[in-house]
Amino acid sequence: MVSGSEQSVAADVGAVRAIVEGVDDPELPHVTIGDLGMVRDVEVLPDGRVIATLTPTYSGCPATEQIRDDVAAALDAAGLDARVEFVLSPPWTTDWITPSGHSKLRAAGIAPPHTAGAGHETRIDLPVACPRCNSRRTRRLGDFGSTACKAPFVCESCREPFELFKAL
Amino acid sequence: MPATMPAETSTEPPDSDGTGALLTYVLRQGDRSMVLAQRLLENLAHSPELEEDMALANVALDLIGQSRLLYTYAGQVEAGGNAEGGSAADPSSQPHDEDHYAYWRPDTAFTNPLLVEQPNGDFAHLITRQFLHDAFAAPYWQAMTASTDNTLAAIAAKAVKETAYHLRHSRGWVVRLGDGTEESHRRMQVAVESLWRFTDELFEHDDVEDRLVRQGVAADPATLAAAWRDTVTSALAEATLDQPSDAHMRSGGRYGRHSEAFSYLIGEMQSVARAHPGASW
Repeated sequence: MVSGSEQSVAADVGAVRAIVEGVDDPELPHVTIGDLGMVRDVEVLPDGRVIATLTPTYSGCPATEQIRDDVAAALDAAGLDARVEFVLSPPWTTDWITPSGHSKLRAAGIAPPHTAGAGHETRIDLPVACPRCNSRRTRRLGDFGSTACKAPFVCESCREPFELFKAL
Repeated sequence: MPATMPAETSTEPPDSDGTGALLTYVLRQGDRSMVLAQRLLENLAHSPELEEDMALANVALDLIGQSRLLYTYAGQVEAGGNAEGGSAADPSSQPHDEDHYAYWRPDTAFTNPLLVEQPNGDFAHLITRQFLHDAFAAPYWQAMTASTDNTLAAIAAKAVKETAYHLRHSRGWVVRLGDGTEESHRRMQVAVESLWRFTDELFEHDDVEDRLVRQGVAADPATLAAAWRDTVTSALAEATLDQPSDAHMRSGGRYGRHSEAFSYLIGEMQSVARAHPGASW
């Protein structure tokens, strides 16, 4: 996160985008909204005002309002006059999660999603490797985990429970 | 979300201009999602296992999210700000927000189909209600991704992916319990028999719907009925459950004619917002 300094008002769009993308997801604090591919556009207007455009993940994700506030606060702390907007279309997909996001999820004990692809097919039945020991001997315990985006699993090899980030 | 100040209004009956039809249509879909979510949340902590409570809470959250998007759009349509044109009902007023439609309409203004308001019984009843709904919602949102209304198409593009998981979940239970023990099979058959009479209403259409279907805004109920029947017939067969006959179908929900139990549901849902008008949390 870029710390606030008054001359950052004239910051270039890349630096502003880095601030937005560096905001943590409230429900997955080990990944940022940049890792999740939620940042659609960051625009710096000629007068220095910023418009950050994000896409919500799930329709009912309760973190959406929190993310809006967190992004606004991060830009405000950097001395920027910003507006945060959400766009529904094109719909967010887990295919937008970055490779770095996949690594961070795995490090946090969450199996990253399979490729969702163009069809609206649910891919929950594909083999899932344990994020801890990499074993494929894993078993699904339910369709929905602590959040709608995840499903609970247990690894039959190392016996650890973990969650799968479901393809969407 | 902040509760709005009381401004109790009922849904206008379908009128002749396009804005009225679109508003009616959007509210019907928003009410369907919101009311089913509310029934699911009543059951929270009563599921047969912890994982199921988590699953149903997440399904409810998706449904609330979908209804919030629809209610927000309804506010824009009612204020005349929809991209489809249509004369502004009252250009000087601020659009109603999502909370207006959830908290400040009386029960008779809700236009959900009767299926989704049916009170919770045992788990067989709850999951059968969910399945009969999800088998409708999946092809519904799929069709709506092609809506000529850009906002509805965008909402559909998100909802269709979420709904695929809902249907997968509820169908899995129907098969598991139907083709399970003697007792689970018996309960599932009772559930299917008691809920079947509310399924026809899902595909009802009137002037509002017909006009929007012609404009490419709404999904054609006739197409949806065929897809629904395919899904349901195959699941019931796999579950070794008998498909009831189509006699004695009920309707009226979309015109605000609800069961007595529905008033208690809405009363509870609105109680906090109405006890503390204007509060935010």
